[in-house]
Amino acid sequence: MEQTFDLTIIWAGLIGFGLMMYVLMDGFDLGQGILFPFAPNEKARDTMMNSVAPIWDGNETWLVLGGAGLLAAFPLVYSVFLPALYIGVFLLLAGLIFRGIAFEFRFKANKSKHLWSWSFAVGSTVASFAQGAVVGAYIQGFETEGFVYSGGALDWLTPFTVITGLGLVAGYALLGSTWLILKTEGELQEWAYKITPRLLGALLAVFVIVSIYTPFIDETVKNRWFENISIIWVLPALVAYCAFVVIRSVQKKQEGMPFVATMGIFLFSYLALIASKWPYIVPPKFTIWDAASAYNSQLFLLLGFLFVIPIILGYTSWTYWVFRGKVKEGGYH
Amino acid sequence: MELDPLILSRIQFAFVVCFHAIFPVFTIGLASTIAGFEALHFKTGNPVWLKLSKFWIQVFAVVFGIGVVSGIVMSFQFGTNWSNFSYATANFLGPVLSYEVLTAFFLEASFLGVLLFGRDKVPQGVHLFAAIMVATGTFISSFWILAANSLMQTPDGLEMINGMYVVRSWTDALFTASFGYRFMHMGLASFLTAALVVAGVSAWFILQKRELEANRKALSVSLWFLLILAPAQTIVGDYHGLNTLKHQPTKVAAMEGNWETQTGVPLLLFAIPDQEAQTNHFEIAIPKLASLILTHDWDGEVPGLKEVAVEEQPPVFVVFWSFRIMVGLGLLMIVFALWGLVLRPGGRYHQTPLFLNGLRLMSLSPFIAVLAGWVVTETGRAPWLIYGQMTHAQGLTPSLTGGMALFTLIGYIVVYSLVFSAGIYYLLKVFRGGLEKANAPHEMDEIERPTRPFSAAHAAIDEEV
Ligand code: HDD
Ligand code: HEM
Ligand code: HEM
Repeated sequence: MEQTFDLTIIWAGLIGFGLMMYVLMDGFDLGQGILFPFAPNEKARDTMMNSVAPIWDGNETWLVLGGAGLLAAFPLVYSVFLPALYIGVFLLLAGLIFRGIAFEFRFKANKSKHLWSWSFAVGSTVASFAQGAVVGAYIQGFETEGFVYSGGALDWLTPFTVITGLGLVAGYALLGSTWLILKTEGELQEWAYKITPRLLGALLAVFVIVSIYTPFIDETVKNRWFENISIIWVLPALVAYCAFVVIRSVQKKQEGMPFVATMGIFLFSYLALIASKWPYIVPPKFTIWDAASAYNSQLFLLLGFLFVIPIILGYTSWTYWVFRGKVKEGGYH
Repeated sequence: MELDPLILSRIQFAFVVCFHAIFPVFTIGLASTIAGFEALHFKTGNPVWLKLSKFWIQVFAVVFGIGVVSGIVMSFQFGTNWSNFSYATANFLGPVLSYEVLTAFFLEASFLGVLLFGRDKVPQGVHLFAAIMVATGTFISSFWILAANSLMQTPDGLEMINGMYVVRSWTDALFTASFGYRFMHMGLASFLTAALVVAGVSAWFILQKRELEANRKALSVSLWFLLILAPAQTIVGDYHGLNTLKHQPTKVAAMEGNWETQTGVPLLLFAIPDQEAQTNHFEIAIPKLASLILTHDWDGEVPGLKEVAVEEQPPVFVVFWSFRIMVGLGLLMIVFALWGLVLRPGGRYHQTPLFLNGLRLMSLSPFIAVLAGWVVTETGRAPWLIYGQMTHAQGLTPSLTGGMALFTLIGYIVVYSLVFSAGIYYLLKVFRGGLEKANAPHEMDEIERPTRPFSAAHAAIDEEV
């Protein structure tokens, strides 16, 4: 087959981009669900839900695209991750269902409102935890035979993945609280200012554990970080800097900065993770080239991506533009 | 007891996909119906069409919402339970499913917001355009997903290299031998579903003497559609079957309950197929008719089940009876269409309680026929996942244990029953509210939350405190 240039690299970039889009966009609305039980009062809960109601649906379509895109570009990832994380995937989907339905029914409910509140909170938390556990499982690596997963049903569930799961719950909650700082005012915003540093603390604690643990279980990672001290140390430095900015901007009661800086924390730690593992996409054995689909399939879909994704991005930004500004009690006006 | 992950995975897949299929088959037809109402209102300016459109948009919103959440589950089922299959077909299935998201789901999502919430915010023409785009999106979606399914029935355009299919020709792989028939048959099924549900619900409103003018118009239009669609479906179904005979003869043998390859095959009206004994009990048959239908010749030869080894036969009983349920309901639809035609003079079709009550019941029939049809198609393909090339067992996730499969099967059943009974309950409430409630002025602007399906519906899910 004639290969003019390496599409696999392009696809790695596209899928990486798609995943980041999903994490940032669905992250802050999952965060609302995680923070839900702790909110100061029922009115605050209404506002929290309203603040993400018009956009969460589109956000989740990125997950569907991510799933289908992985199958198209890196089938090995799809066919190893999903069986390996079988029970986790079920929890993720069940969580998303309960949460999605709660969005629709909570506003329509009278007597059963608290039920839908719980469905929203538990669904969001379970879905976030499952996603965090997936990251942990990726770092741990998978037992494979040939191109097939050969481990057990609960191999993914270790103390380490529980920690990464909780870490992502804290991280999404942080995205959620800084989003509230941006989008709300008064009592709810005060509360969000108050909890933000604590959530940040929890997230950083998980980062420290992961950073200490990862080099121990993976020789390649250890060499990469410690053998020839290199440029990649910039990334954790940037994470630390962003964390500092979050704290400072919360102290100064800035409104936009905490959210932007939190997105920075996610972006740079994501890049650091990629830098540790590159080019392994199904650790410990398979690189992106082992996992890639056929050249002609990659090309066939790439054409569609390049044409349609800009349109979708345009539409998405338009929706955010329509719903710009603060949410007042009772929704957007 | 040994739990078999294969059987459990098949039950699970059948359960989630059948559950999912109920909703798209309705939304595909209903989207076009709404676009039709909007177009009629745009052209004639008659407010009756607007009333109807407003009501059915509410129903649409709820059904669409459930379709979306259950669809998200579907896109992960392939990987969790059928990882060998996904891996082998990824070069085809991956791009096809991705294109479905790119070209259909995002399109539907974008214009849905305008359709549901934009009536007062955009010009009437733009609103109509949005309705048409949503309808188009549902068809694009069925194009891709049925192309994927048809490839599994009548594979073409692929070549197996090192355990993975590589696409040799995208046109061959997308437009396989059965695709055209399946697309037509499924499209007609969706329109039939919409026509029969609209007819049934309108009949119910008429019996209650509510909004008579609008509901009579809706009933009249849907009966005309039924009169065209029901016979058309039978004809398309017949051609579909002839094509299947050519490419999947064993499936047709199972549909006909025909064990031996023979000429002048009778059409079985009733029988109890017995796989173990490789024969039927209690046959009631019309001589030679099956040969006539399948070969258009009274003495045509039709291949029998015994052409293939017992392990390669599909479960005959299931296929045989599902096929009869589908065709039986199809014929019943024609009966109702003709009955409506007979009652047409003097407008008796909206004054005959027996007919109206019959229509109420018939509104469930397309859903049953669709599920029965899919069971024929999918179970009739057994034991093959990709016909003649890969079996269910080969496609299964190797690491899957019976315990895991049972856990998620029960999990999905529990989650779906809980969440979706709430959905159905709510839908019934929208029906009870009727056109009156859908057209009442409301305090919607209080909490306006566009782009989210259910918010278009105004009924409360439970009683006021
Ligand atoms: C892209 C592929 C695809 C599509 C569009 C569909 N199916 Fe399918 N179906 C399969 C791919 C498949 C499969 C992967 O091939 C299964 C899974 C397990 C199996 O037995 O075959 C299957 C099995 C399967 C079974 C069980 C058959 C058996 O195990 O004997 C039923 C009843 C259905 N399907 C019904 C449906 C319905 C109602 C659909 C409408 C949406 C549908 N299928 C669309
Ligand atoms: C078995 C394979 C199937 C898979 C994997 C699948 C996947 C999906 C997914 C992920 C969604 C939700 C997308 C969103 O977020 O908006 C969806 C919705 C939809 N699906 Fe399916 N689907 C399958 C079968 C079918 C079939 C056979 C049809 C029709 C012929 C169909 C038609 C639709 C339509 C029209 C929607 C839009 C939502 C709705 O109308 O309820 N799907 N599907
Ligand atoms: C009345 C005469 C009918 C005939 C002769 C007929 C024939 C067929 C045949 C032969 C198949 C299997 C095709 C295959 O697996 O290759 C099929 C499938 C199917 N039928 Fe029918 N059918 C009829 C009526 C209906 C009706 C009324 C509906 C629904 C409203 C319906 C919905 C379906 C569906 C959804 C499938 C599965 C998808 C497909 O393979 O097209 N059919 N039909």
